[in-house]
Amino acid sequence: MEKLNDLQYLRLSKWKKFLYKLCMFFVGIPVFFKNIGIKIGRFFKNIVLRIKDLFVDLFLTFKNGDYKTRVSYLIFGFGNITRGQVFRGLFFFLFEVLFIFYMIFWGGGWLSKLGTLGTQGPTTEWVDVGGIDVEKTVYHDDSFKILLYGILTIFFIIAFIYTWRINIKQNKIAQEILATGKKLKSGKDDIHSLIDDQFHKTLLALPITGIIIFTVLPIFFMIIIAFTNYDKTHNGISNNLFSWVGFENFNQLVNVGSSSNFSATFGEILGWTLMWAFFATFTNYFLGMLVAIMINKKGIKMKKVWRTILVLTIAIPQFVSLLYVSKLFATDGIVNGILIKLKWIEQPIRFWEDKWLARLMVILINIWIGIPYLMLIATGILMNIPQDLYESARIDGANAWQQYMKITLPYMLFVTGPYLLTSFIGNINNFNVIYLLTTGGPNNPNSSTAGGSAGYTDLLITWLFKITTNDSNYKIAAVIGIMVFVVVAVISLIVYNIMPSTKNEEDFS
Amino acid sequence: MNELKNNDEFLNEEITPEEEQALKQLQEKREEKRHMGLKAKSTISNTIIYIILGIISVIWLIPFVFIVLQSFRVENTWMVGYVLPKQWGFDNYIRLFKETSFPRWFLNTFIMGLIVSVVQTVMVLSMSYTLSRLRFKGRKFLMNFMLVLGMFPGFLTMIVLYRILSDMHLIGANAIWGCILVYVASSGMGYYISKGFFDTIPRSLDEAARIDGASRLQIFYKIIMPLAKPIVIYTILTAFMAPWGDFVFARYISNFTSSGMNVAAGLYAWLEKDMINQMYTTFCAGGVIVSIPITILFLCLQKYYVEGVTGGAVKG
Repeated sequence: MEKLNDLQYLRLSKWKKFLYKLCMFFVGIPVFFKNIGIKIGRFFKNIVLRIKDLFVDLFLTFKNGDYKTRVSYLIFGFGNITRGQVFRGLFFFLFEVLFIFYMIFWGGGWLSKLGTLGTQGPTTEWVDVGGIDVEKTVYHDDSFKILLYGILTIFFIIAFIYTWRINIKQNKIAQEILATGKKLKSGKDDIHSLIDDQFHKTLLALPITGIIIFTVLPIFFMIIIAFTNYDKTHNGISNNLFSWVGFENFNQLVNVGSSSNFSATFGEILGWTLMWAFFATFTNYFLGMLVAIMINKKGIKMKKVWRTILVLTIAIPQFVSLLYVSKLFATDGIVNGILIKLKWIEQPIRFWEDKWLARLMVILINIWIGIPYLMLIATGILMNIPQDLYESARIDGANAWQQYMKITLPYMLFVTGPYLLTSFIGNINNFNVIYLLTTGGPNNPNSSTAGGSAGYTDLLITWLFKITTNDSNYKIAAVIGIMVFVVVAVISLIVYNIMPSTKNEEDFS
Repeated sequence: MNELKNNDEFLNEEITPEEEQALKQLQEKREEKRHMGLKAKSTISNTIIYIILGIISVIWLIPFVFIVLQSFRVENTWMVGYVLPKQWGFDNYIRLFKETSFPRWFLNTFIMGLIVSVVQTVMVLSMSYTLSRLRFKGRKFLMNFMLVLGMFPGFLTMIVLYRILSDMHLIGANAIWGCILVYVASSGMGYYISKGFFDTIPRSLDEAARIDGASRLQIFYKIIMPLAKPIVIYTILTAFMAPWGDFVFARYISNFTSSGMNVAAGLYAWLEKDMINQMYTTFCAGGVIVSIPITILFLCLQKYYVEGVTGGAVKG
């Protein structure tokens, strides 16, 4: 495919233009990945360079430093204290003491067992209780704890090294400042700067700590679980310990011919997940926009009432509304009861027992839940469209449909581009709608035995949930979680790069 | 064109005043007719829209009407194929409060909602304010890191959190405190919408205050916070509502201990296979009781919610 110049392009017919664009898109894909490759390469090159700089700096600081700086390489904060910055110095020193204390009493132990994840499982021993020998299980190693606290210890070590580095840097700076004859910041200045220059540290301290302990650590842990054999039979304490297995769990996913049928199930669920996300996003998007346009049309009264009625589905907790709706459509539910009474049908419709009917119902009911959000968003945006655009269009004789296609839709798409992406990804992970309506059913008889009983409406996320809670097959759940991450990351990466408006975050300031 | 020409020709000829009058009337009539046509057209399209909106409203309201009706049904407790109860009464509500742990669950959830909404708001606001208004090393990295972090499915971490909380004795009967801790601790991740809001406040305000000698803390609570009222209310509202709907994590952490559950976890169990025949109508009653306060709160603060949602969508 040759690249055409502008004139050649303009001479093409409408269809050829479209074809040309399509071809260029596919031609562009390798280039796109090449660029990503280059970016990644540059990223690693930068890292290597920065590490090199770091070591050079450490060496030079030691070489040029006075004895205070040099002692600080071993005793944190020594330089700060001797130079009069007692507050800072104590802080560093305290951190070092705590760290060493932790490593001696706990961290070292966890770390040393991390390689094997424990060697001694539970044993049965006879314990003397008040003169009677009683059989008792004695627990020794707990793989789960070893892994969890091992990772935590690694986090601490990283933090320790980072603090060490800052400590040295501070010495270097302090030395330079004193050499020029200026005064160092006092402890009072330090405290004041926490609400001024360093205000971000004050504000971020708590949220970031929370995120590290309750989000980053668990996610790290679960990623690592994918490389172990942690499941029902290797649950770390009561039966067997679990241990490292390398990429064995991922092999199951790739291995098409394996006996567990796992890769086929995964493929089917992934396909349905993407299909669901596509339909759920776009049906909501266009129908919600349509409803918003109708409500906002000039001359329509009671706008507030319509809006409030729709918004009810947002206000009422989903576990009430969705759970109830799923029972409405049950085989012996009200909908079937009414339809039979009206003599429209004779046999009850089995809404949740047929593969495609269940899928259709899920998408339809999702519209019921999703339109209100879109209606709210679209209302806000529609009001922002300059009215004179419509006026001039009307004067030029454009009808309502043309106005919609040429003004409303492009404007909406431009403004809500990022939202479309997030809502697509939100739908890939839309646990509530699927789980509350069908719990993934109807059952897929061909589904994998290793991966729990997947149903036809199961998304990756609900499948993952079932594998975790019903089958306790944590290692496979971890693998699926990583795959969900890969799917989401790839989609966002591609869409972000394609999107015309990579928005500047300070556009509005 | 044709008409114009005719008129011109006409004008060249001599016209009597009566004829002029008649001509004027004719034109007026034509104009009026055109107007009427437009009006009729818009009346028709408006009527169609009213009909569509009416149908939509009915569809949207039906499940809620049904659930209220079913909650008043006395004659039996399982699912039936008709809507109107044959015998009306408050039996289900009485049962809900007298025979089940529902009051406890309600109280639990209310406590969770209160604490989470206060602490989470503080967390989210400080996070989003920092990322929006302050410039420091590592800011971009932090944002990208959290973006990537958010792409991992959250359920994955449930088993780990369970173990961490069980070491802290915050599961089972104490599960609500465990839940609160986890909600609050990970709330910093949800900074996007309020950051989008802070981004829209002109930076020149900060700069002016800086020149006048205000510290960043003073700027935060004296200048930005008063302007951020809508987003504060939005954050409080969503944080308060979250525990009412969480039937996954709360259920898992409570480990099926009744006294540690929130309403969602408790009510969810009533519609499972072994309970549904005894508890179906009671579930309806519980659903109504849960929904009423939340819905009222939501509708009162709807304005702020809309602002938050729209702002968030536009900024991405």
